[in-house]
Amino acid sequence: MTVVQSNSFEQASAQLLAPGGLDMASLETGLSHAMGAGIDYADLFFQRTWHEMWVLEDGEVKDASYSIDGGVGVRSLSGEKTGFAYSNQINPEALVETGRTACAIARSGERHQPAKIQPVTAATRYAGIDPLSGLSAEEKIAMLKQADRVARAADPAVVQVSASLTGVHEVVLVCATDGTLATDVRPLVRLNVSVIVARDGKRERGSAGGGGRYAMSRLRDEGVAEHYARDAVRQALVNLKAVDAPAGQMPIVLGNGWPGILLHEAVGHGLEGDFNRKGSSSFAGRLGEQVASRGVTVVDDATLTDCRGSLSVDDEGTPGQCTPLIEDGILTGYMQDKLNARLMGMQPTGNARRESYAHVTMPRMTNTCMLAGNDDPGEIVASVKRGIYAVSFGGGQVDITSGKFVFSASEAYLIEDGKITAPVKGATLIGNGPEAMSRVSMIGNDMALDTGIGICGKEGQGVPVGVGQPTLKLDEITVGGTAS
Amino acid sequence: MSQTFDAVEQQTRLEERATAALALAKRLGADACEVGASVDQGIGVGVRLGETESIELSRDQGIGVTVYVGQRKGSASTSDESDASIRAAVEKAVSIARYTGEDAAAGLADAAEMATALPDLDLHHPWALSTDEAVELALRCEAAGRDCEGITNSEGANLSSSEVVSVYANSHGFLGSKRGTRHSLSCLLIAGSGDHMQRDHDYTTARRADALESPETIGRRAAERTLKRLGGECPKTGRFPVLFSPEMARSLVGNLLSSIAGGALYRESSFLCDRLGDTLFPEWFSLGERPQERGGLASSAFDGDGVATRDNVFIDQGRLASYMLSAYSARRLGLSTTGNAGGARNLRIQAPTTPLDALMRQMGTGVLVTEMMGQGLNPVTGDYSRGAAGFWVENGEISHPVEEFTVAGNLESLFSGLVGVGDDIDRRSSTQTGSWLIDSMTIAGQ
Repeated sequence: MTVVQSNSFEQASAQLLAPGGLDMASLETGLSHAMGAGIDYADLFFQRTWHEMWVLEDGEVKDASYSIDGGVGVRSLSGEKTGFAYSNQINPEALVETGRTACAIARSGERHQPAKIQPVTAATRYAGIDPLSGLSAEEKIAMLKQADRVARAADPAVVQVSASLTGVHEVVLVCATDGTLATDVRPLVRLNVSVIVARDGKRERGSAGGGGRYAMSRLRDEGVAEHYARDAVRQALVNLKAVDAPAGQMPIVLGNGWPGILLHEAVGHGLEGDFNRKGSSSFAGRLGEQVASRGVTVVDDATLTDCRGSLSVDDEGTPGQCTPLIEDGILTGYMQDKLNARLMGMQPTGNARRESYAHVTMPRMTNTCMLAGNDDPGEIVASVKRGIYAVSFGGGQVDITSGKFVFSASEAYLIEDGKITAPVKGATLIGNGPEAMSRVSMIGNDMALDTGIGICGKEGQGVPVGVGQPTLKLDEITVGGTAS
Repeated sequence: MSQTFDAVEQQTRLEERATAALALAKRLGADACEVGASVDQGIGVGVRLGETESIELSRDQGIGVTVYVGQRKGSASTSDESDASIRAAVEKAVSIARYTGEDAAAGLADAAEMATALPDLDLHHPWALSTDEAVELALRCEAAGRDCEGITNSEGANLSSSEVVSVYANSHGFLGSKRGTRHSLSCLLIAGSGDHMQRDHDYTTARRADALESPETIGRRAAERTLKRLGGECPKTGRFPVLFSPEMARSLVGNLLSSIAGGALYRESSFLCDRLGDTLFPEWFSLGERPQERGGLASSAFDGDGVATRDNVFIDQGRLASYMLSAYSARRLGLSTTGNAGGARNLRIQAPTTPLDALMRQMGTGVLVTEMMGQGLNPVTGDYSRGAAGFWVENGEISHPVEEFTVAGNLESLFSGLVGVGDDIDRRSSTQTGSWLIDSMTIAGQ
């Protein structure tokens, strides 16, 4: 989508500013309170979110909840210092109080004059809609009940089905002393199905889900409830037959799409600007160096239409963009917010994100993807004598300083003599980011994005993210199974 | 603190709000209802490389209402405590309850189960601390760590202090309130450079400021922990005994508790379904909670349903003696609530303890795990596989740091393979345990 932002300002202004009696002049006044002596940048972040969740268990939607949250966060920066305060009231008094509190981070110094506020021009990456309003309550419940019916009909071993439908309608407005004024209306929906199967005294689980920045009605129109229900049952039945995973170092083939969590953990976090400015990342000071095999190109792309991690503008008002991180194996970029970009003499890359107005901004990923290569996925598997083929994962974690990362397979198979054979139990894979990326030896031609399920946690803040990659082969990684 | 916060006044305000919301829900057609409201206020300061890096003042509040119309349920919450917003939340909850399905187990806990004694558990100890004083303590902490030879960089030191007031009320007439404080100081340091960097941290946390360890202790210990990790090797693959440090053993207790939680049981998503009475641990091992301990980090006289908390014993001489149930999950399972809506509180192990060096000698050759990464547990089967770092132990002595390996097994065999608990009990958490020595797990490394 390349429509220039049009009506999001009217929406944001009506929902965020007008109820508390604020207008453009009060934004300038608010910034002036946050721009005390010695402060070189300040911003105001107004946000309101409407969150809805419907949960089905035992064939009935027995639980549903709705929440409304909103407020304003005020940040004052002085060199490397950050002062931060917030209020869940949006009115002139709150702006005075939070502004004064935030700017107390600096006690003395020059008084800078805020630049004149100018609306940011940015392409929209999703429709600025309320995703909750498109379907009636009955239609939302019907979608979950369909997931339940399909899952139970798929196999007699299915003993439990739970399904959930969530939607978030988020409206934000950010204005800053560098003249930025930006607004965004961000829809986010997700449908998830989990099942338990039992057979011959054994029980296993399977789950599937997805969504993105669009209306709930699209989930219904695309029939995802049925699709995810079948896939969850399929995965659970596969796991019911799983044998112990091997233990030790071996080659691994990662399926396309969601296994891109590899990139998120192995390189993504390590390329966030704050860790590199502080020198605490194992990738610090390595711009221009080869950090991955030739052929590996990784980008962080906020511009993908309707994707879970996409942003028309980030939480500092910088337009979302596609930022090259690794090009043909060479480290070429970091993900930046304004603070870290300024301190490192770089440009912001539209990666400033925060969980809410009550959290401080940090450089964060959006949709982190590896671009397609030339290898045929079948040939990639056929090239492995003994190893693992992993297609789905639970979660991961990284220590950005030592570079060690893990991600836990939830659906994986043995590869024996180039053929996919027995499913193996979930196992954690562990490696070192730069080393693992240098062991990428084949890159598939089948790049795919995940279905829209990722949540990234950093310093206690969760934000929605996406990942994507083609089928990949790593020559060696440690597989944490139990079989010798 | 520079912000004014009168906890007693806040409590009175929340109690009024909760009572009004209950009355409104009744008027709007709820047969039963419950309300939770809370407000917390805090300060957090961060320093890095000897300079102030951040000062954050926080104040969060929210009110949530759950209504029951017959056996149907609806919930709504808002962070805005204005009359109009609370009314909108109650209306929304009632309207949701028109759509949700009948649930025979839905509803408040039985009135007879409500806590009647609400003793003061000595949880509220505000710290009269200015921002400047907070920065000073954090600076002292980081400086003590950076003064240690070999520390090359720092992610800084953080001090935080917060006060929380929370209220739970329901239409049985139950109204319970809590006021509490929590103060913490932590430090994260880096040693080495380039491809050979390591980081580690240390912290202290308490309800009373005078119970915190000194800033210098935390800084120095963070430095020691970081420096000890330099030069880590990847261990060889094989089956070895594993000694989990107290912090790691705590996560194993957490795995056990999530596996005996009512929600996991009625969803059949726990490997401990239908296992009540079975022997899971050696008979010298018991595990229980002390929810009404004075000053405890998780103390409360009532649970999330308003039910009186009690000293549950979950593992009694090795046997699974009780599940961990709320009123709802108990009804789903045909059992009685154990007063655990919201989880277990102040877990304590009852077992003979062994000095850590004796445990290492008992282990002989194996791995001491001091850090784990990733989730790595399949709760349905108990299959366990996590990334780890720690130390190689050879003939009862620490030989060298190890990293980039996994520890794997099944929780059931891990629990039954517990051969000793250390006397190095970590009291910084509501779950207090020493190290755990497990007889054998699979290490995947080289």
